[in-house]
Amino acid sequence: MPRRGTPPIEGDMLQGTLDVLVLKTLQVGPAHGHTIAHAIEHRSEDVLQVEHGSLYPALHRLEDRGWIASFWGTSENNRRARYYRLTPKGRKQLEAQTTRWDEIVRAVNRILRPASE
Amino acid sequence: MSITRFFRRRYWDEERARELEAYLAQEIDDNLARGMRPQEARAAAHRKLGNTTLIREEIYTMNSFGWLESIWQDLRYGARILRRNPVFALVTIASLALGIGATTAIFQLVNAVEFRLLPVRAPRELAEVRPVSGSRWGNSTGRRAYATYAMWDEIRRTQHSFSGMLAWGVNRLDLSTEGESRFIDGLWVSGGFFDVLGVAPQIGRLFSDADDTPGCGVAGVVISDAFWQRQYGGARSAVGTTLRLNGRPFDIIGVTPPGFSGVEVGRSFDVAVPLCTEPLLEPERNAVAKRHYWWLDVIGRLRPGVTLEKASAELTAMSPAVTRATIAPQLPPQPAKRFLELKLTAVPAGTGVSYLRGAYQQPLRILLAVAGGVLLIVCANLASLMLARATARDREIAVRLAIGASRARIVRQLMAESLLLAGIGAAAGAFIARVFSGYLVTFMSTNSSRLFFDLGADWRVLGFTCAVAGLACVLFGLTPALRATRQNARAAIRSGRGMTDGRERFGIRRILVVVQVTLSLVLVVTSLLFVRTARNLATVDPGFRTDGILVADFDVHAANVPIELQPRFERDLRERIAAIPGVSAAVDAAIQPLVGSIWNDDVVVGGVALKTITNENHVSPGFFRALDIPLVAGRDFKESDLPGTPWVAIVNQAFAEKLLGTKQPIGRTFKLLASPGEPDPTYEVVGMVANTKYSDVRDGLGPIAYFPEAQMPTPDPQLSEVQVLVRSSLPLSAISPAITAAARAIHPSLLVSYRSLRADAEGTFLRERLMATLSGFFAGLAALLAMIGLYGVLSYIVTRRSNEIGIRLALGAEPRRVLTMILREAGALLTVGLIVGGVLSIFADRATETLLYGVKPSDPLTIALAIGGLAAVGVFASWLPARRASHLQPTLALREE
Repeated sequence: MPRRGTPPIEGDMLQGTLDVLVLKTLQVGPAHGHTIAHAIEHRSEDVLQVEHGSLYPALHRLEDRGWIASFWGTSENNRRARYYRLTPKGRKQLEAQTTRWDEIVRAVNRILRPASE
Repeated sequence: MSITRFFRRRYWDEERARELEAYLAQEIDDNLARGMRPQEARAAAHRKLGNTTLIREEIYTMNSFGWLESIWQDLRYGARILRRNPVFALVTIASLALGIGATTAIFQLVNAVEFRLLPVRAPRELAEVRPVSGSRWGNSTGRRAYATYAMWDEIRRTQHSFSGMLAWGVNRLDLSTEGESRFIDGLWVSGGFFDVLGVAPQIGRLFSDADDTPGCGVAGVVISDAFWQRQYGGARSAVGTTLRLNGRPFDIIGVTPPGFSGVEVGRSFDVAVPLCTEPLLEPERNAVAKRHYWWLDVIGRLRPGVTLEKASAELTAMSPAVTRATIAPQLPPQPAKRFLELKLTAVPAGTGVSYLRGAYQQPLRILLAVAGGVLLIVCANLASLMLARATARDREIAVRLAIGASRARIVRQLMAESLLLAGIGAAAGAFIARVFSGYLVTFMSTNSSRLFFDLGADWRVLGFTCAVAGLACVLFGLTPALRATRQNARAAIRSGRGMTDGRERFGIRRILVVVQVTLSLVLVVTSLLFVRTARNLATVDPGFRTDGILVADFDVHAANVPIELQPRFERDLRERIAAIPGVSAAVDAAIQPLVGSIWNDDVVVGGVALKTITNENHVSPGFFRALDIPLVAGRDFKESDLPGTPWVAIVNQAFAEKLLGTKQPIGRTFKLLASPGEPDPTYEVVGMVANTKYSDVRDGLGPIAYFPEAQMPTPDPQLSEVQVLVRSSLPLSAISPAITAAARAIHPSLLVSYRSLRADAEGTFLRERLMATLSGFFAGLAALLAMIGLYGVLSYIVTRRSNEIGIRLALGAEPRRVLTMILREAGALLTVGLIVGGVLSIFADRATETLLYGVKPSDPLTIALAIGGLAAVGVFASWLPARRASHLQPTLALREE
């Protein structure tokens, strides 16, 4: 549940944003769709409410680009699940996109909170 | 996205579906663990995940080219619709196939004659050397031949524009050594012929400059792939064996690759021999040594960086030097002056050279236009049909529009159906075209001139077919599709069928019928012009009887007849033939009439060279009687008109009047302009005959002078050929064995070949026959289609208006009045179409003027005939639906709604 006072960001998340979040999630190790969805939700402290379904087209797209790879495995509670892992190409992308993200945040911040001295 | 994903999109769809299932299972597990009830857990999981169908669709489109997918869908839908209406599909496809097939077949010929590049290395670098002014005096062979051997040699040695040059001449070589001749098509070629073209041997080797050295005697022979297949079954062992040509043994040294048929379009070759073998194969001609013998064509390959214009300018600049160096010593002053004025130029030769191009370019273009007209009429018919079907599908389309389909989407779907029809029609048409164009080439060939075209499909033909199919598709599909979707959806759904129909929708179909009638009238007029031309040519009176005459050509080399014995020999031969039962006459003639052969000279009367030349012929006594040419005055030649007796001549009336200026020419004398150093006899006119046509039935009746065969001013040192005209009531096949036997009795190695004078003469207006037959066929087809169109529209109108007609009849209208009402409707359409068509054909048929004989393009009788014919058929076509309308049962018609 979202915390009171901070409504979750819903609807169309910036496409690139979701992509980089998925990549980041996979940085620690392979995971399946369910885990990824919940991980993003948890780590953003429920601010980023992803409709879990929209994750799958993103996964498909990333795999198509060769940033992630997939394989069928067995989940914690013994169910068949498709696992995703980061490819070297994906790792490079993650770095590049993180840097880019930082730049954007800094740029936006400079505008929203001009240094008051 | 990757193309492999596209082809595996179904696999991926299933894969993702399983993955989503896995997510749900996981989530439900989690929810249960959190203490939810099973049903609640499932619902929550689904909520969390969202719409799975949507997700799968999103992924699916990611794997696909959206437009491709939907076009494929449209096509499949179209195919389903067509399968449900097999008759409609069949009619449409068949008529399209005919239209596209006919157009493509003609285009294949146009392509072969005009556009197809020679299958040689860099064909665009080739240029033909051709004179543009001045005149050729002397002997020439074939319909081309723009150079003498001396000129070829001089040009080749002194030019700088070409990296290589080649010359060739055409010949007919005899494979046979006794009995009946077996001619094959041969080429004399210069040593560099194949090298310059860049043609490599299939097996063995081709000629090099070393093979073509003056005075070479017997050399090797190169054979074409077609001849190799025909004569040797494609056996590799053929190379190295010996082939007898005109009785001389030639070693086969190599075979040219398949697809290479020489540089002349419309003519292929069987064997090629070096130029230097000509004196050996044609000893009494020996054109290599004669500077007045035109028998070669010259092509060069432009040096890199040299343009055609530059080469042409160089050739023009060097022309005076070439003509001065190569002028024939025996040229009289006037021809000599004209020869020295010869200007050479270079013209592109990448598509080969051909006299056929001149003869067939315009006819083929007209035929292409005619076939295109037929295709347009087909399209009009189909458009009309599509409109009718669209009307029947009004409601379906209205519903689609109403539930939110965009107009573009529906137009696309309807067009997909048209595209499908056009595609299948084009494929079938391409097949028809192949068969048809092959048949056309056979039609254009005669016994004496085999035509050869490379008709293989290339990108031009393919592109043409696709373009035509696409255009047809737009023509017959787009308007109906646009109109079908312009309707007022609400009205269409509600109304079903109206009491009368909107005038507007009939409007377009009426226009289509008018266009059809117009076009078909133009085509019918055109075809009638050609049919009348062919008829005129076939029935024109040449001034003598052409039927029942067999032409026997004897090759008498082997008999070695010396000059003094030649008259005896010739007389012996024709008397033996005349003695054969069934033969009523056998006479000799140097020139076979009506097949384009010409022998002419300048005439000198009273020491003055006249401006008019005369055609001439050397004939034996009895020639005029055998051909039924009336002897108007004086006497026929006698067997006693021999060398040493006074020189005599028989002239025709035109000669007497135009050249001698008298109607009583007997006893008058004249001379022919002779070369310096040659005998210059004075001829006394001993007889006058009626005028006849000479080399071509299209020509007028010009002056002709006849001389005794035995009195040649310059006889050949060795007799080579004798041409005998045999009049007989028996067919050719019945009489030729006896003639062959008679010849063999004189000498065992005489060779003979046979032709029919009439068939040969008819061969010269083959082109007109082709035009008449084809345009007649197309025009018939066009008229038939237009009438079907008219019938269709009227039937449709009657059906749609059956309510109205029913009411009229129920209220007491006489059936006659209903009949007239419908007929009047048809009459209006026909009248407009015929008037417009009549005017249009006056303009359109100007293009045919040069191809007509004995009829003018805007011949009123022809146009009237065409209009009358079409009107009659048109009334008949509209009579049927009109009658049906007048016989409607009012009760039935009214109950239908």
